[in-house]
Amino acid sequence: MATVSMRVNGKAVSADVEPATLLAELLREKLGLTGTHVGCDTSQCGACVVHVGGKSVKSCTMLAVEADGAEVKTIEGLAENGQLHPVQEAFREHHGLQCGFCTPGMIMSAVDLLARTSDPSEREIRDWLEGNLCRCTGYHNIVKAVQAAARAGRE
Amino acid sequence: MQNFAFHRPKSLSEAVSALKQADEGKLLSGGQSLIPVMKLNLAAPSDLVCISSLDELRGIRTEAGRLIIGAATTHGEVDASAEVKTAIPALADLAAGIGDPQVRNRGTLGGSIAHNDPAADYPAAVVALDGEIATDRRTIKAEAFFSGMFETALDDDEIIVAVSFAVPDRAAYAKFPNPASRFAVVGVMVAQHKSGTRVAVVGAGANVFRATDMEKALDGSFDPSALDGVAVSADELTTDLQASAQYRAHLVTVMAKRAVAACG
Repeated sequence: MATVSMRVNGKAVSADVEPATLLAELLREKLGLTGTHVGCDTSQCGACVVHVGGKSVKSCTMLAVEADGAEVKTIEGLAENGQLHPVQEAFREHHGLQCGFCTPGMIMSAVDLLARTSDPSEREIRDWLEGNLCRCTGYHNIVKAVQAAARAGRE
Repeated sequence: MQNFAFHRPKSLSEAVSALKQADEGKLLSGGQSLIPVMKLNLAAPSDLVCISSLDELRGIRTEAGRLIIGAATTHGEVDASAEVKTAIPALADLAAGIGDPQVRNRGTLGGSIAHNDPAADYPAAVVALDGEIATDRRTIKAEAFFSGMFETALDDDEIIVAVSFAVPDRAAYAKFPNPASRFAVVGVMVAQHKSGTRVAVVGAGANVFRATDMEKALDGSFDPSALDGVAVSADELTTDLQASAQYRAHLVTVMAKRAVAACG
């Protein structure tokens, strides 16, 4: 067992984990943050995307011990004071989800993109979401939602 | 995943000794290949030595006509680096096409070439750009480094510190990606140096190789048409679910022409 300490959604946490524990398992099973989903468990689908040190990563392909000392943000950490994050709001407004399983990962990826570029083209959005699979929407409304969130962020 | 002892050394020398002391130790850099392989129990190391945050393995600089990139530099950092874009834009483009953004935020140059997946992109750049791999104990030339499928010249306890690339006059990488994994079905890096053109191919065979007939043709005339009728033999190439050896041989010429055209 190893003790890991990190900040998750702004709160200091520590937990005892086996070295083989994945970051996704720590978040879901030890910290109860089940908004981070595990879909494929083979780093393809992106349902498990969270931010570590401000960058989007697949939490099913990172060990919890690798995140020791890091700043971690999950979907639960986006809303502030009861207000949805602009990307969450845009997904709701533009019907960017149906079943919702891929949505936390989609949103965490999109937030990373918008932190890098405030005015991405449709091509850039589609390329950036390469590692996030949605089996419901056909991506059309997801792209629309990201575009709308980008517009809202620029206003 | 089978459990293991986890080590986070504070220096390169600590990392080497942790690796030497382990029964079956493995280095963990970005983990984007190693962790999936361990989840499938295709690897079950006794110890993991995490080297992704060692200062000695980081940094990007240009020195005497060569671009030197620390082994723990992520693909995302290479893609975003102004230094790389200025010296060898083709290398930034190649890094931008590896996997997906989340893989690029974790996966590293050193990890990719140490793993030497036959369909990985970086080996094409290391060979076409006359790469030299600096380790904790020696420097290895690119062509001696990549020794076979998932095999390299590295000793079991040897650690890649940095890779140095010759800055070419011009270069480009063209890849035909697998639409699901983004790995190269075929990828070709063409680089024109003062000393001659280098054409390096990944994805097509068990290991990266140089297409020397294409290099000769391009030394004669650096134009896509110079590759008309020039093809690699399909004999040693890979046949799998995605593509036959014959199709891969065809793609090598197509990708090489696209790379030459992209050199402008």
